[in-house]
Amino acid sequence: MRTKFITGLLTLFFVASSAHAGPKIEQWQTSNGARVFYVSAPQLPIVDIRVVFDAGSARDGNKPGLASLTNSLLDEGTGKLGPDEIAEQFEGVGAQYGASSLRDMAVVSLRSLTDKAILDKALNQFSDVIAKPSFPEKSYERNRQAMLVGLQVASKRPNSIASKTFYKQVFNEHPYAIDGDGSEDSLKTMTLQDVKDFHQRYYVANNAVIAIVGALSRSEAAAMAKRVSRDMVKGKTAAKLVAVPDLAKPVNKRIKHESQQTHILVGQPGMHRGDPDYITLYVGNHILGGSGLVSRLSDHIREQRGLAYSAYSYFLPMREDGPFIMGLQTKNDQADEALQILNKVLNDYIEKGPSAEELKRSKQNITGGFALRVDSNKKITEYVAMIGFYGLPLDYLDTFNSRVEAVTLDAIRDAFKRRVHPDKLVTVMVGNGK
Amino acid sequence: MRLSPVLALATALIAGSTGLLPLSAVAEQGNNKVEVRQYQLDNGMKILVKEDHRAPVVVSQVWYKVGSSYEYNGITGVSHVLEHMMFKGTKTLGPNEFSKIISANGGRENAFTGRDYTAYFQRMHKDRIEVSFRLEADRMRNLTLPEEEFKKEIRVVMEERRLRTEDKPTSLTYEQFSAAAYQSSPYHHPVIGWMEDLKSMENDDLKDWYERWYSPANATLVVVGDVEADKVYQLAKKHFGPLTGPAVKPLKPQREVKQRGERRIKVRAQAEVPYLLMGYKVPVLRTAEDSNEAYALEMLAGVLDGGSSARLSRELVRGKQIAVSAGAGYDMYNRINSLFLFDGRPANGHSVEDLEKAIRAQVERVRTTLATQDELDRIKAQVVAAKVYELDSVFYQAMQIGTLETVGLDHKLLDEYVARIRAVTPQQIQDVARKYLIDDGLTVAVLEPLKDTKHDSLSSAVKGGSNAH
Repeated sequence: MRTKFITGLLTLFFVASSAHAGPKIEQWQTSNGARVFYVSAPQLPIVDIRVVFDAGSARDGNKPGLASLTNSLLDEGTGKLGPDEIAEQFEGVGAQYGASSLRDMAVVSLRSLTDKAILDKALNQFSDVIAKPSFPEKSYERNRQAMLVGLQVASKRPNSIASKTFYKQVFNEHPYAIDGDGSEDSLKTMTLQDVKDFHQRYYVANNAVIAIVGALSRSEAAAMAKRVSRDMVKGKTAAKLVAVPDLAKPVNKRIKHESQQTHILVGQPGMHRGDPDYITLYVGNHILGGSGLVSRLSDHIREQRGLAYSAYSYFLPMREDGPFIMGLQTKNDQADEALQILNKVLNDYIEKGPSAEELKRSKQNITGGFALRVDSNKKITEYVAMIGFYGLPLDYLDTFNSRVEAVTLDAIRDAFKRRVHPDKLVTVMVGNGK
Repeated sequence: MRLSPVLALATALIAGSTGLLPLSAVAEQGNNKVEVRQYQLDNGMKILVKEDHRAPVVVSQVWYKVGSSYEYNGITGVSHVLEHMMFKGTKTLGPNEFSKIISANGGRENAFTGRDYTAYFQRMHKDRIEVSFRLEADRMRNLTLPEEEFKKEIRVVMEERRLRTEDKPTSLTYEQFSAAAYQSSPYHHPVIGWMEDLKSMENDDLKDWYERWYSPANATLVVVGDVEADKVYQLAKKHFGPLTGPAVKPLKPQREVKQRGERRIKVRAQAEVPYLLMGYKVPVLRTAEDSNEAYALEMLAGVLDGGSSARLSRELVRGKQIAVSAGAGYDMYNRINSLFLFDGRPANGHSVEDLEKAIRAQVERVRTTLATQDELDRIKAQVVAAKVYELDSVFYQAMQIGTLETVGLDHKLLDEYVARIRAVTPQQIQDVARKYLIDDGLTVAVLEPLKDTKHDSLSSAVKGGSNAH
């Protein structure tokens, strides 16, 4: 059905698209060691600041949920202020505070207008929240309880069950196996002192990256970075994570759950940020399952057979090898058929690789859509923080398109053969209960 | 883990319905003078263009005045299924070829169906806008709706329904709640349609629907990005101008009958933690006899749930710790009368009854006492700032323009928004609370976990909004 594709005309337009420059990133360090990454974006009177610590759930150790709980408690108390007053400080000037916890990263962010009185107020509160949280007992207890409730809710969601099981099976003893939402045991034995210790160890200047994007000069950005890091302890960089071992054998987990659909996740350890195969695997996966409705997986599962609303694959690159994941959901009595097709599509792809036509179209999509990746301050801020956190080259975005263009059919075939092992996949199926 | 109120999602409080501050200077900044240029083709199609030259990108959206609130019993979900089939081929393109062409042009695309609209969009480099126009013009009139594609796609939609609703207890609750709250209003049925209607849907139902609504006179093209408005118009005229289509027959009003007393329902489903939904019948901007009431209701939502410093988070989640999450929401940009919503999940050690009682106490308070100046100032500060922040997204700007036009409001109302919100007084807020937050207009739904375990909860998304393709 894809015979009528009229590429000829369309591709003509594409010749001129290689010289894409990303935003100009400037970089320095504060006197106590925080790394700062700044981009000038003068068009709107807005500033975004994103502070990232190496303090995600990979640092939970034997206390799953600790990183997340710590992160969620930052804005619950500083000095004499409690959570109500802190919220008033931000919201009273229309500033937006945010905090989130991933496996690698603890993220704390602020968006504010650049008007001086407003920004000063927001920034002072933001700095205190990061460096001098008071962790009130009452807030600790409330948020701990809320996390327990969260676990109960997740325990009935097939997608949550599948995802949690998948990470556990793919990463086993590695810290990436830890579920950042915590466990009942862990949350019941945790103490407030654990939170304070975690903050003291990891929310420190040497473990921080500060990304600043907005309508302010470099010297204003420098003053801002100084203010944000001023009260941070110098501290130490987090210890290097161990490498993620390959799986020794395939794992199949079928979990009975009373739902109409079976959620299927298939995968294994994938790649890391700065991986020599990064671009090759990224482009290769774009064809396999990373380009929405036009990917191979979506074509075989959804377009040709109507088996699922979404069928996809992706690599999630992290500090160490993050997962390679393929997924879909389908009604219970179709689950085996869908899984079979999923595996067949993967095996064919590893065996034969993409076609020249597929590679051409994917390159066109990726390079032709480059401008969309950096068309807002919000997106630029996220990129800059990611580049800073993982120590990627500052011209990462500038060279992105040319690196994509350089990917060949042979390189994709070679990389998938070396990196994806169909004989050692983790397969998780949740559903089909009762 | 920040437990964000469910309803922020449910009602998509356009832009953060909250708002102000020591504003003079700031309001000035937010006062983006970029105007929306408006054109109309001879065939009745409307074109709205907003130039934004920050990045070399463009978003192009085609909005149709049709959605689940245009449907009637037996064919519910037809707008959304048709939206899916719009990717399945025209007289000159094969199934899925639309998506392949957009993709090969570096574009991102999708579509969404809501109660009041069906919309299709592409985000592309500015040089590619013509590709979008050519393809959208083609499928506006030349859809083929192949039977074999329909047979597969209806199964995809049923899987979508299983994913979004059947296996999601909060979504099931919201669906049942809406069906109880609205009797004669078409907001009664879900956007994705009842499963029974999907099972009996036929390709001919889609053909009729397509013939009836997919006409240039019923469409609005919204373009925001690094373009010149007049050139966009010329290009649109070239591609959409030659199209012809039937005049659109006016929709029956289907006004909601007067509610005569509180309604309560239970939804028993596989869940671990109970969940509460409450909704009061209210007017919206388009239907309010006095438009000030809509802005006052918007402010009322802000007083209750305009951020973490507002009453529900402060008093129910943190103060009394009755809820792990609690939200309030109101969408003034609905096409017809809707609901002022509350939702939440009880905290460990509290029942859903405790939570309802606490929310009712909050309702009583807004009915009997005035909001403070501090509260209003905080809401207004957020509204003013949000008006600036929204300029960071061309997509969001286009969404707002398209939504207003499609529900029958003038997009210029967006420019008035900040001033109208700033003008709301504490008395007006109390007045709308007294008038509309009354038991006779209330519907309450409780999600009751089938397994008899400890209660609690986390918010999850209630979908009042839309289903993406």
